[in-house]
Amino acid sequence: MNLKRILAISNKEFIQIRRDPRSLSLALFIPVLLLLIFGYALSLDIDKVPTVVWNQDASSKISRDFLLNFKNSKYFKITKYTDNYRDIEYLIDSGQVMLALVIPKDFSHFIESGKVAPLQLLVDGSDSSTATIAMGYVSAVVSRYNVNLLVNALAKQGIKPARSIQLRSRVWYNMGLNSRWFIVPGVISMIIMIIAALLTSICVAREWERGTMEQLISTPVKAPELIIGKFLPYFVIGFFDLFVGVLIARFLFAVPFNGSYLLLVFLSALFLTGALSQGILISTVAKTQLLASQLATLTTFIPAMLLSGFIYPIFNMPQAVQAITYFVPARYYVVILRGLFLKGNGMDVMWDDAIFLLLFAFFMFALTIKAFKKKVF
Amino acid sequence: MTMNPSMENNQVAVAVNDLEKKFGTFTAVNHINFEVKQGEIFGFLGPNGAGKSTTIRMLCGIYTPTSGSGTVGGFDIVKEQFKIKENIGYMSQKFSLYDDLTVEENIDFYSRIYNIPKNERKKRKDETIELAGIEDFRKSLTSTLSGGWKQRLALGCAIIHKPKIIFLDEPTSGVDPITRANFWDIINKMAAAGRTIFVTTHYMDEAENCNRLVMIYHGTMIAMGTPEEMKTKVMKSDILEIIMPHAENWLDKISQLSSIKETALFGINIHAVTDNAQKAIAELNGLFQSQSLSDYSVNKIKASLEDVFVSLIENYDAEHKEK
Repeated sequence: MNLKRILAISNKEFIQIRRDPRSLSLALFIPVLLLLIFGYALSLDIDKVPTVVWNQDASSKISRDFLLNFKNSKYFKITKYTDNYRDIEYLIDSGQVMLALVIPKDFSHFIESGKVAPLQLLVDGSDSSTATIAMGYVSAVVSRYNVNLLVNALAKQGIKPARSIQLRSRVWYNMGLNSRWFIVPGVISMIIMIIAALLTSICVAREWERGTMEQLISTPVKAPELIIGKFLPYFVIGFFDLFVGVLIARFLFAVPFNGSYLLLVFLSALFLTGALSQGILISTVAKTQLLASQLATLTTFIPAMLLSGFIYPIFNMPQAVQAITYFVPARYYVVILRGLFLKGNGMDVMWDDAIFLLLFAFFMFALTIKAFKKKVF
Repeated sequence: MTMNPSMENNQVAVAVNDLEKKFGTFTAVNHINFEVKQGEIFGFLGPNGAGKSTTIRMLCGIYTPTSGSGTVGGFDIVKEQFKIKENIGYMSQKFSLYDDLTVEENIDFYSRIYNIPKNERKKRKDETIELAGIEDFRKSLTSTLSGGWKQRLALGCAIIHKPKIIFLDEPTSGVDPITRANFWDIINKMAAAGRTIFVTTHYMDEAENCNRLVMIYHGTMIAMGTPEEMKTKVMKSDILEIIMPHAENWLDKISQLSSIKETALFGINIHAVTDNAQKAIAELNGLFQSQSLSDYSVNKIKASLEDVFVSLIENYDAEHKEK
C-alpha cells in the first residue's frame, strides 16, 4: 500500500465534497438540525396533561380541596371547567384535552358520611401509551388522597396508623428522569449512521456513473488504497459531527458526560469504521447513485432509528425482532454512548458491546475490500 | 527526441496468444493472436460491440482473460497486472476526468496517483497543460471545457507518468474533425518518439493512419496487416465503382448479376465486388444497354479500407449462417 496514493484520493474526495452542496449540507448542517429537532421536539416526558373538570359539587370545600391535588401537580394542566357532557365530548374529540374529571354532586356528602365516593375519569385512548401514563398519574393522586382520608379518620378515633411501607427510591444516572438525556446520545448515534451511510453510499457509485472509475482502475491504484482513500474524509467528517454533537449535548441540552473522552473517541472510531465500510460496500454493489442512497437509507438509517433501542426499548420487542437487533451495530453504540454520557461506564462493563463493534468494523471493512476487488479486478 | 535503442531491434511491446474472454456464455473475445512492435501505431478496428474495449481492458490489466496469455511491455497480463498499470497509459472512451475538479487539480491527482516525484510534478503539469493547449483554463472547472480540450487533457493525464505503451480506446469518438486531426498529430508525434500506440477506432480514415491494423468482428480477428496489405492481399476481389443517376434503384438488379458478389451504396455511387472484373464489366454494360441507359461509367477502383471491412464482414456472416 502506498500512503501517497491514499492521500491523493482523500484529497480529491475532500475537494469533491466541498464543491457538492448536497454532500456539504448533509455533512455539516443536517446533523445539527437533527440534533436540535430531536432534542427539543422528541420529548418522551409526559407532563401538563390537558384536563377538563366538571365539578358538580362545586359548593363543597371537600371537592375543591380534592381538585387542588391536581392543580398543584406538574403532571396535569386543568385547561377548562365545564358543566355539561357535550363540552367534554367536544374537547376530547377535538384533542384539546386528554382527560376529563367529573366530580358527582354527592361527592362531599359520600365522603363525610363514610361511604365510597365515585369519581368519573374519561380518557382519550387514541394515544394508548400516553393515556396509560396519564391514568397512572390520576390513580396516584387518588390513592394518596384515600390514604390521607384513612389516616385522618383513624386519628379522630385516637388510633395511630399501623406501620407501613415507605418507598425510598433513588433514580441513578438521570435523577430528574429527563427523557432528553436519554434521547440525545441516541440521536448522536443515529447522526453518525446517516453521515456514514448516506455520504459514502454515493462516493463509489458516482465514479461508476461518471465513468471516472474506468480511468482510475487502469492506474496502479490498489483496492485497499482506493477504499481507505475514500474512507478518510468521511472519517474526519464523522468525527467532526460527533464533536459538534457532544458539544450540543453538553452545553445546549445540559446532558452530563461522566465517562472517558478517550473511550468515546476509540469506540466511536470502531463504529464509524464499520458504518463507513457499510456505506462504501453499498456504493460498490449498486452502480447508480440513486439506488445506492436508497439502499443506504433502507439498510442503515432505518434500523438505526427503529431497532437500536434509541427510542423504543429492545426488551419490549417481540423475540424475533430482538434477534434482528443483534445485527444492528447502532444498538451497541447507543448503549455505549448512554453508558459514557450518563453512567460514566468504563470498559469493564462495556467490553461486550465494544467487541461487537470491533467485529462489525473488521467484518465490514474486509467485506468491502473483497466486494470491490471482485467487482473491479 | 532520443530514440529508444531497442527500437531497431523491433522489440515486441504487446503480444497476445490465444486470448479469450467470456462473460457467462457470451464470448466477447474469441482466441485472438497478434504482436505489436515497439514504436508502432497499432489499430484495432471493428464495429461497436466487436470486442475492442474488452481486449484493451485485458491488456491494461483491468480484466483477467478467461484463457490464453499475453504480455504488455514484457509483463504478464494475468500475473503482473499492477506492473502493467505502472507502465502503460490508458485513456478510456469517455475521457473521464473529474468534472468537479479544476484542470490543475485533475492533473495533480493523476500525478500523485502515478507517484511522480514532487520535484518533477510542476514540469509535468506544465507539459500536460501545453499538450492540451489550455493555458488560460488552469483554474477552471473541467466541466467548463469543450470536448476537444477535455479529450487532450484526459490524454495528458493518462500519460503523465511517461509510459512507453499507450492504449487509447476510441479516443476520437464525439469530437469534431479538426480536433480529430489535431489529436492524430499528437499520436504521430508520440509514435515518432518511440512510444507504442494501441488505438481502437471505428473510423476508417483513422485506421489509415495506423502502421498496422487488426480487424475484429464478433470477438474474432478477421484480418491483420498494414492498411496497404489489407487493400491488396486481404482483399482478393476487385471493386467496381458504378457512377450513374438514381443508383439506388439499380442496386437489386446489379446484385443479381452472376459475376457480382456484393453491392453497396457509397454516397450516390455503387461499389460492386467481383472476382472477375472483365466479366462483370461486360455484364454491367449489357444490363445498362438493354435498359437503354447511356450516362453511366464503370471503373475498377482500388479498394478502400471500408470496402475491405464490409467485404470481410459479409464473408464472415455468410460463413456463420451456413453453420
